[in-house]
Amino acid sequence: MYQIVKKTRLYQDMYSMWIEAPEIAKAVQPGQFIILMTREKGERIPLTVADYDRAKGLIQIVFQVVGKTTDELSSFKEGENLYSFIGPLGRKSEISFWGTVVVVGGGTGIACIHPIARNLKEVGNRVISIIGARTRDLIIMEDELKKVSDELIVTTDDGSYGRKGLVTAALKEKLDQNSAIKRVWAIGPPIMMKVITELTKSYPVDTIVSLNTIMVDGTGMCGSCRVTIGGETKFVCTDGPEFDGQLVDWNEFMNRIYRYKKEEEQSWQHFKNIPKGKCKEN
Amino acid sequence: MAEMITMKERMRREQVAMKEQVPSVRIHNFNEVPLGYSKEEAIYEAQRCLQCKKPSCMRGCPAEIDIPSFIRYIVEEDFGKAYLTILETDALPAVTGRVCPQEEQCQKECVLNKQGKPIAIGRLERFVADWARENDIHGKGSHDGKKELKVAIIGSGPAGLTCAADLIKMGYQVVLFEALHKPGGVLVYGIPEFRLPKAIVEYEVSEIKKLGVEVICNEVIGATKKVEDLKEEFDAIFLANGAGAPRFMNIPGENLNDVYSANEFLTRSNLMKAYLFPEYDTPIKVRKRAATIGAGNVAMDAARTALRLGAEKSYIVYRRSRKEVPARVEEVHHAEEEGIIFHFLTLPVRILGDQKGEVIGMECIKMKLGEPDQSGRRSPIPIDNSNFILEVDMVIDAIGTMANPIIARSAKGVEVNQWGYFKVDEQTKMTTCEGIFAGGDIVRGSATVISAVGDGKIAARSIDTFLSSGKSLRNNIDKNNREK
Ligand SMILES: Cc1cc2nc3c(=O)[nH]c(=O)nc-3n(C[C@H](O)[C@H](O)[C@H](O)COP(=O)(O)OP(=O)(O)OC[C@H]3O[C@@H](n4cnc5c(N)ncnc54)[C@H](O)[C@@H]3O)c2cc1C
Ligand SMILES: Cc1cc2nc3c(=O)[nH]c(=O)nc-3n(C[C@H](O)[C@H](O)[C@H](O)COP(=O)(O)OP(=O)(O)OC[C@H]3O[C@@H](n4cnc5c(N)ncnc54)[C@H](O)[C@@H]3O)c2cc1C
Ligand code: SF4
Ligand code: SF4
Ligand code: FES
Repeated sequence: MYQIVKKTRLYQDMYSMWIEAPEIAKAVQPGQFIILMTREKGERIPLTVADYDRAKGLIQIVFQVVGKTTDELSSFKEGENLYSFIGPLGRKSEISFWGTVVVVGGGTGIACIHPIARNLKEVGNRVISIIGARTRDLIIMEDELKKVSDELIVTTDDGSYGRKGLVTAALKEKLDQNSAIKRVWAIGPPIMMKVITELTKSYPVDTIVSLNTIMVDGTGMCGSCRVTIGGETKFVCTDGPEFDGQLVDWNEFMNRIYRYKKEEEQSWQHFKNIPKGKCKEN
Repeated sequence: MAEMITMKERMRREQVAMKEQVPSVRIHNFNEVPLGYSKEEAIYEAQRCLQCKKPSCMRGCPAEIDIPSFIRYIVEEDFGKAYLTILETDALPAVTGRVCPQEEQCQKECVLNKQGKPIAIGRLERFVADWARENDIHGKGSHDGKKELKVAIIGSGPAGLTCAADLIKMGYQVVLFEALHKPGGVLVYGIPEFRLPKAIVEYEVSEIKKLGVEVICNEVIGATKKVEDLKEEFDAIFLANGAGAPRFMNIPGENLNDVYSANEFLTRSNLMKAYLFPEYDTPIKVRKRAATIGAGNVAMDAARTALRLGAEKSYIVYRRSRKEVPARVEEVHHAEEEGIIFHFLTLPVRILGDQKGEVIGMECIKMKLGEPDQSGRRSPIPIDNSNFILEVDMVIDAIGTMANPIIARSAKGVEVNQWGYFKVDEQTKMTTCEGIFAGGDIVRGSATVISAVGDGKIAARSIDTFLSSGKSLRNNIDKNNREK
């Protein structure tokens, strides 16, 4: 059940895993996510489907170690099984022909925009991809994205690779140069999505963001993931995860995703104190 | 063997009370509140039963339990037989014996209710089920699919589990799909440990599995597979996915950090075991003063859970008066004993927060009761200028649930009503799509465990009738070749 068939360390604390989940691989569409549990006592965490192989029945996830569960997940080896893996959840990305589109990815968001870019390309869009990270080593999936983009721009904060600077600067330049751009997808850290939304406000483009709220069930049962969109409460797991960035109440969203900060730190500390080898016994 | 007692003695005896953890102790733990009958107490209580020729109590039991028979076996100290008698029709006796609103069901119909001393049927049922579990008594062995016909059940709450158990006993192949990682529905994610220990639910589910029911967790029908896909694999379908979407008040401040839906609060605590954090990974945050909005069973559970998780003050805020409280009397009583404070005739209008998104108070308005409305209940009317701030730092919305649309969206031809609940034929529980049946909360709206159990039983019989007449959802398959 939910076997990890391939695990790759993309850099220090970012990993890719291919998980056996044939039913999900059959049904999944770009933009959707899964929820997994490492073991019975674990937490349910959502991760975007980075890629899928319908024929082999596999789902790819790409994650960054930011706390207890992602840390534990990174300790799983090929051949080991996850306790729970459900999906595909959320609505698929709205893929159609818009003309020229830009997809912007930051951090693990780079992996998330890959299937979106590929599908946008498949229906005939001119796809400009912009990916960014702090430094050269953190740039992932460059080759994969190059294949599905008409143009790929890479930025690093420290200038160690590609252009020096933030993805927002590159995006601004593109928007100024190219008035044919109709739509922007921005997926990455909350602050990146917020800043991009502020930037695109003054351009005639739609900005789609993918919100990473805290979830429990992921099926519309608990309301943990709710956020205000255009003055109305929406559930990210069933109404999203993608929304019009201009309508998001960013303050509320940012407050809500950090609401367990203290507990998350406590949980991670607790995990680190468990002697190695013991943690997987449930 | 215990003796028969005289009629005079029968009428003299009072209902045997059940021992409970004292409030000052139990508010610090999640152990069960009522402690159950001892053998002697059960027999003493069972002896009061008049063994009516036409037992009116049975009219009140949707699980169709042969009540006088199982009670007679208790008197005869044959608890195993008592268990098997109950198990014939009720696959979840330790559950129903605990959370069934008995006073509104079997006990209301018991002839002794006229004297105000109905037989404590639920408590006896609980005793028998607990005894059987502790003494390793099991129902009849496995029944795995003698027939080739396959039934899919969606949702593993009491409706789905009951339907599955009944169908497997009739010889069908049964596959039960559950979206969450554990089966049981509200029994595992909603009702707290201190009212219904999860180990007991797990046990009764495992007994149902032993009969041959295949339970597949982690599968969200409508997302992973569609109902349409199931139509190709199964001959009939029972939709028992519950009414699991939380409702909010739609007042300002409701998305502040420490505002929970009761579903979220209880799911974190029960299903994810946040009360054992950090041994279990899922956190829950409880602040000093908690307000729970609503006064149903769910609200009582949430308010009492908040107390156990460390709230110093736990309030129930309800817009009507004490008389209209929908929760079971026993639950209100337990809540009051534990120190839950009730604010009746009070309607929240706004939740106040600070910059960090933390709750710092809740503005409420006082209400009075007006004329009775269509439902016969007096509707609450706000009193002008009676606004006040209730000093709280967390809020739990327990004002009810509504239909989750995931299944309905993926099921062609299955009609829903204006609230999103499936339309069914009252007699058969068949939806507007032939071969697809539905029951429990997804038909009734938030109801009870026992009504879900009742629906599961009726649906099982209707599915049997449907399939026995040679019909199937898989109409393209040679029907003559199906029965082995
Ligand atoms: C729809 C969606 C898609 C996502 N896709 C990816 C992805 O592809 N790759 C990736 O690395 N991360 C993704 N995330 C975020 C990922 O879920 C969190 O990183 C993960 O839950 C952290 O768990 P933890 O125990 O390791 O860390 P924690 O210590 O629990 O949390 C660290 C950080 O993660 C956030 N977080 C905590 N719990 C949750 C939760 N249940 N749901 C969402 N966020 C949470 C917190 O706000 C906090 O900032 C996604 C989130 C959502 C909602
Ligand atoms: C906190 C609380 C306390 C309660 N207390 C009492 C009480 O004391 N007494 C009483 O009689 N009643 C009580 N009730 C009400 C009672 O629990 C419900 O009426 C009953 O559980 C309904 O049963 P059900 O089988 O219809 O659905 P549920 O118990 O809701 O089960 C439905 C199941 O279907 C699953 N599901 C949903 N969607 C999908 C999908 N797409 N694919 C697969 N699976 C899916 C859900 O995850 C869930 O497990 C309480 C309810 C709550 C919330
Ligand atoms: S299941 Fe409920 S109604 Fe039926 S006998 Fe038991 S307690 Fe009474
Ligand atoms: S009605 Fe009451 S007294 Fe009569 S058989 Fe039923 S439980 Fe016993
Ligand atoms: S995660 Fe529970 S409703 Fe969205």
